[in-house]
Amino acid sequence: MGIDVGSVSTNLVLIDEQDNLVYKSYLRTQGRPLDILKKGIKEISDQYGEYKIAGVGATGSGRYLASVLVGADVVKNEITCHAVAALANNPEVKTIIEIGGQDSKIIIIEDGIVVDFAMNTVCAAGTGSFLDRQALRLNMEISEFGRIALNSSNPVRIAGRCAVFAESDMIHKQQLGHNQEDIVKGLCDALVRNYLSNVGKGKTIKSPILFQGGVAANEGIRESFKMELGEEIYVPRNFDVMGAIGAAILSREEVSSKGYTRFKGTDIYKQEYKVKPIDCNGCSNLCEILEIRENDEVLARYGDKCGKWSL
Amino acid sequence: MMCLPFKMFIGNYIESIERGADTIVITGSCGPCRFGLYSLVQEDILKDLGYDVDLIVIDALREGYREFGSNLRKITKARSLLGLFKSSRLALELIKRADNLTDISNYIRAHAIDKTQVNMIMDNFYKASLEIHGARQLMDLIDKTEKELHKVELIKNYDPIRIGIIGEIYTIIEPFVNLEIEKKLGQLGVLVDKSLTPTKWLEHHVMSYPLGSKSERTKYKLAKPYLSTMVGGHGRETIGSAIYYKNMGYDGAIQILPLNCMPEIVAKSILKNVSSDYDFPIMTLVVDEMTGEAGYITRLEAFVDLVSKRREKQTIG
Repeated sequence: MGIDVGSVSTNLVLIDEQDNLVYKSYLRTQGRPLDILKKGIKEISDQYGEYKIAGVGATGSGRYLASVLVGADVVKNEITCHAVAALANNPEVKTIIEIGGQDSKIIIIEDGIVVDFAMNTVCAAGTGSFLDRQALRLNMEISEFGRIALNSSNPVRIAGRCAVFAESDMIHKQQLGHNQEDIVKGLCDALVRNYLSNVGKGKTIKSPILFQGGVAANEGIRESFKMELGEEIYVPRNFDVMGAIGAAILSREEVSSKGYTRFKGTDIYKQEYKVKPIDCNGCSNLCEILEIRENDEVLARYGDKCGKWSL
Repeated sequence: MMCLPFKMFIGNYIESIERGADTIVITGSCGPCRFGLYSLVQEDILKDLGYDVDLIVIDALREGYREFGSNLRKITKARSLLGLFKSSRLALELIKRADNLTDISNYIRAHAIDKTQVNMIMDNFYKASLEIHGARQLMDLIDKTEKELHKVELIKNYDPIRIGIIGEIYTIIEPFVNLEIEKKLGQLGVLVDKSLTPTKWLEHHVMSYPLGSKSERTKYKLAKPYLSTMVGGHGRETIGSAIYYKNMGYDGAIQILPLNCMPEIVAKSILKNVSSDYDFPIMTLVVDEMTGEAGYITRLEAFVDLVSKRREKQTIG
């Protein structure tokens, strides 16, 4: 099993021994990772209760939380997990473009190992949550957003440098009377330009190029990438859960060498979890410590700088 | 807009003043970096805030011998040349010992079985160091801490990944600013070395004046094909250090860039070429006030994964 707790979505996958995908779920995190994780595990339990889960890997910004809850065998960062999954999908891959809810990355691979990577630094303009917001503002389903762009024949120019300026630029163009599809296409182009000059700057992008992460569902962005790079862009079938697949593959490798799993079983969704914040006044760091309890037992504490609270 | 160290300096001053400091010593600079403005602007700011302190600027010797001497005497309170020499030597000794302690803790943390033990020992050291007075007591405390560190159980036959930390001096030595990068990498089992420390700085600028220390001159030489002149701050050192670490057999280097630091921005764009010419992984992390550490840790972990995979491949292939 692979779990990817991201800022926007929480993904769970099950793979078999040959790394084939058996099950996937894509849930919105909605700011409540614990509850959503429980919900995801419950779905798996309902559907596959009788199967045995041999190992668990956790990734995403909520990976430590997920690991505490389910008992993960591997806790790995998103970059490694995305690379592992992409290589399993296409061993020849040279460049991975990954755009998620809050971050975007580029991963450069040579001979099957990661040689370089970059993540967006301070700007969220090129990421999924900005697209989400714009779709909402234009009163469109995010799933239609990309398709509309494909109908555009004359895209408008939009400043993609900054989310705030992009939005005011869009409003300005819309008030001038431009077509909606031209504005949407302009936005797609702007985001791709921003990505390539911000995240991808200085990197040599070689094909085959894999495009994954939630935003890869957006046909408009895919098309803009293709035009800008002049190369074919491949979107893997399970583009939206690649991080979780990578975590699952890593956990399979880990468990087969270790011989056992720390997974606590699919029944964990029945437990009651409580999170209690503690302010430590032990020193001038004033750490905010989080304590997670399963029923009445303390599962984990973290957030301290010195380690005196950690279990 | 001022650069990150400028803000942190002011914070450090205020903290020290509230603990009772009445004099601030800062070095001057006439280079192209904004550091040269620090003393003047900061003195104004402190005055506006209502703090009554003495700000002493030590400029390089070539800016005037007499001022240099009188400033030093003010700081050390020494009456004679001999006294001046004695108290300076004591100060240097303390700085060296403190830097050495950090190095030891980094080594032990990378090798330790239980890394939190090292963190606890160092935390206790920092806490205790605020409560003691005078050089003698501080030396004793360092001795005691070193002994404790050597008691920590280590992993046998462990060959850690080695990463050099490069960049502007203040950013790489101040753990609060760089989000404790040494500790974080140590916890991943990585042995870290900083390209600049107070000791290295003093050796270069004071002890070997006016020629400069050997290691720093080597770095200038290494940086020369990429950057033949000084760009202020530690831009040239950053480039030289990257190549230096490569030559020393390190697995990678991480540049810490304080937001808005001009010399480091220059270095960053050059490091890209260094990285591809020398086939040496270099990552740049920009820091300013962000205390959400998730993205930072993700980058560090991924970078460590990257260099360890490279090493695996090189040893097999």
